[in-house]
Formats: sequence, C-alpha cells, structure tokens
Amino acid sequence: MLSPESLKKIDQEIAKYPADQKQSASMSALRIAQQEKGWLANETIEFVAKYLGMPPVAVYEVASFYNMYDLAPVGARKITVCTNLPCALSGGVHAAEYIKKKLGIDFNETTADGKFTLKEGECMGACGDAPVLLVNNHQMCSWMTEEKIDQLLADLQK
Amino acid sequence: MLEIEIDGKQLQVSDGSTVMEAAATVGAYVPHFCYHKKLSIAANCRMCLVQVEKAPKPLPACATPVTNGMKVWTHSEQAVKAQKGVMEFLLINHPLDCPVCDQGGECQLQDLSVGYGGAQSRYEEEKRVVGNKNLGPLVSTDMTRCINCTRCVRFTTEIAGLMELGQAFRGEHAEIMPFVEKTVDSELSGNIIDLCPVGALTSKPFRFAARAWEMSRRKSISPHDSLGSNLIVQVKHDVVKRVLPLENEAVNECWLSDKDRFSYEGLNGEDRLKRPMVKQGGAWIETDWQTAMDYVVRGLKGIRADHGPESIGALGSPHSTLEELFLLQSVVRGLGSGNVDFRLRQSDFSADGRMKGAPWLGMSVSEIAGLDRLLIVGSFFRKDHPLVAQRVRQAVKKGLKVSAINPAFDDWQFALQNQLCVSPSEMSAALAKVLKALVEQGSAALSPEFQALVDSVQVDEQALAIARSLGSGRRVAVWMGNYAVQHQDGVALHALASEIARLSGGRFGVLGEAANSVGGYLAGAVPFGAVSGKNASEMLSTPLKAYVLLGIEPEFDLRDAVAARKAFGAAEMVVMLSAFKFEEALGYADVMLPVSPFTETGGAFVNCEGRTQSFHPVVKNTGDSRPAWKVLRVLGEALGLGNFDYESVDAVRAQILGASGSVDPFRLSNDIDIEPLNPAGVSQGLQRVADIPIHFADPLVRRSAPLQATKDSEAPFARISPATLKTLGLNAGDKVVVRSVSGSATVVVSEDEGVAAGCVRLAAAHSSTWALGSLNGEVSVERI
Ligand code: SF4
Ligand code: FES
Ligand code: FES
Repeated sequence: MLSPESLKKIDQEIAKYPADQKQSASMSALRIAQQEKGWLANETIEFVAKYLGMPPVAVYEVASFYNMYDLAPVGARKITVCTNLPCALSGGVHAAEYIKKKLGIDFNETTADGKFTLKEGECMGACGDAPVLLVNNHQMCSWMTEEKIDQLLADLQK
Repeated sequence: MLEIEIDGKQLQVSDGSTVMEAAATVGAYVPHFCYHKKLSIAANCRMCLVQVEKAPKPLPACATPVTNGMKVWTHSEQAVKAQKGVMEFLLINHPLDCPVCDQGGECQLQDLSVGYGGAQSRYEEEKRVVGNKNLGPLVSTDMTRCINCTRCVRFTTEIAGLMELGQAFRGEHAEIMPFVEKTVDSELSGNIIDLCPVGALTSKPFRFAARAWEMSRRKSISPHDSLGSNLIVQVKHDVVKRVLPLENEAVNECWLSDKDRFSYEGLNGEDRLKRPMVKQGGAWIETDWQTAMDYVVRGLKGIRADHGPESIGALGSPHSTLEELFLLQSVVRGLGSGNVDFRLRQSDFSADGRMKGAPWLGMSVSEIAGLDRLLIVGSFFRKDHPLVAQRVRQAVKKGLKVSAINPAFDDWQFALQNQLCVSPSEMSAALAKVLKALVEQGSAALSPEFQALVDSVQVDEQALAIARSLGSGRRVAVWMGNYAVQHQDGVALHALASEIARLSGGRFGVLGEAANSVGGYLAGAVPFGAVSGKNASEMLSTPLKAYVLLGIEPEFDLRDAVAARKAFGAAEMVVMLSAFKFEEALGYADVMLPVSPFTETGGAFVNCEGRTQSFHPVVKNTGDSRPAWKVLRVLGEALGLGNFDYESVDAVRAQILGASGSVDPFRLSNDIDIEPLNPAGVSQGLQRVADIPIHFADPLVRRSAPLQATKDSEAPFARISPATLKTLGLNAGDKVVVRSVSGSATVVVSEDEGVAAGCVRLAAAHSSTWALGSLNGEVSVERI
C-alpha cells in the first residue's frame, strides 16, 4: 500500500512515542501517506489505522478534522487561502475571490487541466501578514495582493 | 472525604467525586446530555453548567471535581441563565420534528427544552442538515437531530470495546459516523439507542410502531443467555412492541445484548403455533386441546403398557422455566421413567451421579469487577456471554489479566494476557500442562487422581505463562465456557479446570449455556437422582418409543441432529410442546402442542450465579396456546399421576425451591467425585470445532428477522487457519463439502488465524450444517 520509504518514515515517527501509544503518530503517518499518494483515500486511511493498531474511524476522525489532509483528489497545486476573521478584515476574502475569478473555480474545486485546486483555510497563525495563503500545504505566501497573486499563479503555471 | 454544599445542603462525598455525582446523592437534578454514569466524561454539551462559589464563570458539573468546602448552586439565577443559554445553542440546529420523531415522549432534549428552552427562537438562519448513516438492521438514524454528545461513540469504544462510531469533521460540520460504509456490528449495539439523548439513533425494528406513552411497561427476564438480563417489555394492545433494559446493577447494569433486546421480533411470525395439531394418517389437522391431550395420554399409556416406562423419554430446552422443567421431569418420573434431560448439546455425561450440586459460576456476577486473574477454558466468550464479557472488559481496564485456552479465538475486544490455541483433542493435555506448571511452582499438592495425566505431559512456555499469571493473582477465577461443557471430554476438562482453580487459590465456575442451565439441575430435569435413566445423548443413540420435547427445535438445539431425526423418525410417538410450528419436525412429530413463549407465561430462571429471577406474563396467550407449566400439569393429572394439583406457578416454584423462593446455596456446587484421569488420545485427522453463533442459539432468536440480518447471523463458513489451508491445498473462498461420519455440508472456506491448526471451525445450529450431525469429531474437507 505505501512505499518502503514512507513506511520507514512512519516507523521513525512511531519510535518517538511509547510502544503502547502508537496512535500518537497518526497525524505524522497521515501526512507521510498523503505526501506519497497525493490524497487520503479510505483505503489509505484504513491502512494507516491498521499499521498503527487503531480503529479506522479513529484515524478518519483525525483525517477529516484537519484541513491539510485531503480526502478527495486535488490538483497538482493546492492553494489554501485563509478566510478567518483577521485575514477577512485585511483582504483575505477578496484574495480568495480574485483567485476564484482567475482560475474559474470555486472553493473545493479543481481546474479542468488538473493543475489547481482551491481550498478555504483556517487561521495559519500569520494574521499580521494577511492576506495569506498556502501552496501544497508547505509553501506559505504572505501579503497576497492581486499583483502578487498574478505573479504566483504565473510561476506555478510553469 | 470532602465537604460540599449543594443548593444549601451540606454533604460529604468521597475524594475524586464530581459535582454531578455529589448533586445526584442529594437529589439535586442537574440537566445534562453528554454525561452518563457508565461512560467517560466528555463535557461537550455544556448543559450541566452550575454556579460555583468563587468561580468567575459557571462550571460544567459533570467535569468539575469536588474540592473541600465548595459551594454549588444548581438552580441559581446564574446557573439557570447559563443552562438556558446552552439550550438555545443546542436548539439552533435541532429540527423541530418531534411530531414525527420516534424519540418523542422519551427525549431528553424535548424534556429539557420544556424546562430551559425559549418559546421562540432568535435564530433565523439556515439550519444544518446531516446525511443519515446505515448502521445495520437494528439502529435507525436521523443524524440531523444529533447534538454531538458523543455518548454513542464512547459506548462503542468503552463498553462494547471497539470504536465503531466516530465524530468526523469539525465544528459545524462535525458528524457522527461509522468508518465510511461500515455498519455497527457489535452484539451490544442496541444500547446506543437508549443512550442517544435525542432521536438521532432509534430502534429500526420498532420504527413508527407506537408512541412511548401508548405502551405499558412490564417487567420480565430474558430467556436467552445465562445472565438473565432484566427487561422492560413494552406492550400495546396485547402485542409486544419493544424491549428495553430494566436497570439492575447486579445483573445487566443498564445494558442489554442485542439478542435480549430484539429477539421479541421473533414472537409472532408466520410459523407461530396457535392451535394444537395432531397427525392423522400422515396428515396434520388442527384440533382442540381436549382431543390433543387425549391423544397424548392414550399414546403414552399405550407405549408404557406395551414397552415399559423406560421406553418413554423427555428432553426440555434449557431456555424453559424452572417450573416447566420440573413438571416435565415429574411427568416422566410419574410414568416410571428416568429418561429426562435438558443438557441438549452436552456429550460427556460421565459425572452424572457424582456431582455435588448444580454447576454454576462459583461467584456472583458483580464480583467479576474485583478479580485480578481469570482463566477461561473453552468458550466463545464474547458472543456467548455478551454482558459478562462486558464486565470482564471493564475489569481488564482496572488490571484484570485474562488467559484463555480454546480451539478457536475471536476478537474479544479486550486484551488477553495469554492465549493458548489448541485443537479439541489437545485441550485436556493443555490444562494438564498448566496444572503441572502450577505444581512445579509449588503452591499446593496435586490430588492423586490427576497424577497419571500430569506425568504424561511436558510443561511448555505457554502453560508456564498461564500458571505464572494465575499464581501471581490474589483474586483468581477459572471458568468453563459452553464449548468446554459441550466438549467430548467435558468432565475431564471440568475436573482439570477446577483443580487449576484450587491450586491457584481461586474460584472455579461454569459460565452456563442458557437462561436456565443452573435451574434445570435444581428442577431435577436430569437422568439421575430419584429415578435415573438415559441422558440426552443416550436417548438419541438408543432410540425410545416415545419422546416428549419441550421447546426444542431438534435440528438446531440438539448435539446430534442426524441421530435425533433418526430416533424421532423411528419412535411411535413424538410429542412437541412448542411455541412454533417447526417445519422440519412436521415429518416425524405426531402431536404439536402450542405453548407460550416467555412473554405469555410466568415462571423463573436461575441464572449463572444462582439468582432466581421470576417473571409474569406480559401479554395474553396467542391463539389457543397455553403456558407449558399448565399443559404439563394437566398432562400429569390426565395421566393419573397424582401430585399435580398446583394452583399457581408460584406453588410449583415453592415445591422446587422451598418457601424462600431463592436457591439454597448448598444446592450449588461445581464439585464432582473424580475418578483418576488418563491421557486422552490425540486425534490425527481434521477436527471440527462447532460454535453456536449468538443469534442461532435458541428457537426464538432464530426467528427474529432483524437479528438474522446482522453480521453475526451470516451463514457459517468453514474457518481454517492459513497453515492448515495450505496443507489441505485450499484457499479462502473455495466452496467445499465437509463430511462427517453422519453426513455432509456444503460451505465456503474462509481463512481464520484464530482457529487451531488441524481444525475446521464450522458453526452449528444452522440449516446449512445440521446434516453433519455431532458437534465435534473428525471431518474431511473437499473442494467442489
Ligand atoms: S447520535 Fe445521539 S448519542 Fe450519538 S452523538 Fe449524536 S446525540 Fe449523542
Ligand atoms: S486569520 Fe488568517 S492567518 Fe490568522
Ligand atoms: S453533561 Fe456536563 S457538559 Fe454535558
């Protein structure tokens, strides 16, 4: 189901906790699994659950709770715009609207070419940098004015 | 102890109590939804907010530990304001569909909204809608009504032992669900219906059948497993509509197994027997009681005259009441025969006449919580004793270490310290090894009867581990499961297990196969004592001329259906007293007398701990059916046997138990005079391991359509371990013919790591497997 490399990484995470508390590694394990598979299918979640000796629904609770886990396939680039209150007050919603218009998709949709998925995010702890967005969960972009969004999308198109 | 003042009342509570618990002891009601005394604290509904002195904000009573000198107000202005505020939030997303909701009239949200809800909602926005889930044939969902208290989630995790429900997503989108597309398959699943404080989880079989206030609530006792759960049977227009638990902390606590809860669905099916029937010239005709009884009396008298009283025998179901079994044996003994038995699936009767009393659990059910070591021998424990297993599960969390010796294991949903899986023919050797290890640990001297057997074995790692575990305990128990009782060497296993208990300073007990497994002995429905005779197995192997069968469906309830059909087919007369018209039995029976199921009769069951629990009828007789105790009483009189003039069922009980109405403890004993034991031969062939699946165990539960639709009622597979599959050259999914000395069955193979090597686990009590005859012995498996 998962590659030996991913399993090795998961094992490293499991090793950080006492042997009877493998479930502590569930978030890391899901992250590693998503990195390999692109998104978390039910089978992937079930596999992770089995690997950690947890009931599948317990892992599903985790996977569905956090925004950064994708329970459905996403495009090559996933853009997550923060629309929580501080960001909303400083142009976050506008930034999201602008991206929607440019890509021709709504939240939770993927462009026809499979390149972009747009998601609504929760506070990223960078309210002072509003509007903020994340690319593929790892790349944080601050002060996203329309110009900077144009620039970003152009870079990502390449 | 801590001092606390609640609503002006002073009281003392033990350390670690919560404000909620303290309030309950002074009768101060704190409104709540998520709190439940048997579940962990979640504190997520916030309905229980109370005012606490010096606390800046109201605090949740369920999650606030009492501190010394604390002052609490549960109904002060601040408290009520907070409670009303919470109620307003809870109602924001709750639909106003009480008129079409099954929970209406027994809904905690409805009740509390009368006390704390506003007359008008200030919320005008859109309400959330949550999709329903398919949880299986027993629990119906209306998830939009869910208030996310997570009681159901905590129940599956903590009480049933496997988290089958979870709360997925977050905040406004949070939803209670099973893992995608899965159903809730626990044998205790129905309890989430009771736990759900709103109408999100309701009973599927009961859906829209009646309103809570239209039904009367009548007490009864479950006729299924050996615990004897206390029931509230809800009745409307003389029909049983629903069964709920009657809380009894000493027996079922506040729970019921699904079998106890939903078996009532089998009461009034198509094949319910409503009129006496006799076979004349090969054709069945319905008749009246007089004619049918005359027929039976003439038949029995004639057979006694022609062939002697020993040619008559009776078999009674262990799910029959104490009084029924007593009168059944009175009739048989009155006729001069000792052929009577209720131990229908047992095969080893060599202890008969050497038992000191009725085998029982050897302790009370509530003492389970205090055990620290337990050995279970030969049991499909979780499915055979769902609520006893639940108690063990809770005890395991508090440090109980459980070991088990079995030919096949399922997941019991609690951790087993030692799990010894051996084939049926190796079971006595396995116990002997544990015994030898105990002797070597040097606790007490071995009784000489065991010496030869113990000398013949070598202690191994696993036996040593079990002996060490038992030896290190202070409150130890060793229990025989149903499988061990039914085993071909059942008496040897009994003796060995009880010696293990003795050497480890523990108590020995028998879990008990059915609601009245203890009571059957007390009623004298066994072929020893006053007049002895043939046991259940001999009555089939050496056929009799007449059989009286009480509450038995021969193909499924007897140890060897093939032998039974042969014996009954050859008999001159087979009289069945039954609540159902057994399809298969129409061929060989001669008379069918309609007798009442537990809901239409009174009587008592003696449960595994020796507790007598009596009950009254909850509905009127169906058709012409009559309580079996009355039928047997009349039969006794009509046969001119005398001493049958009981005026009531209570009078019959007094005859059995004495005026106290409870079991004299001296009549309960697991001691037997043992004879020296010798090593059993180890079987070389493939051995059958037959379990009796939870919903196949008795005629009533087999007729409950919703229970028959559960996962537990799947048609049996031939379950074989991966290694044995390989040696047999078989694969999971193969269709095979399983052959025994008596017949064959066509089934599908499945791989099961829990089954001992060299064994096929194949369930009994099912139409697809009865043709195999005996529950154990060697079988062959061949792919087709
Ligand atoms: S379904 Fe019922 S018991 Fe479960 S969380 Fe919702 S309201 Fe609570
Ligand atoms: S609200 Fe957007 S980063 Fe905090
Ligand atoms: S009952 Fe206390 S928070 Fe729910």
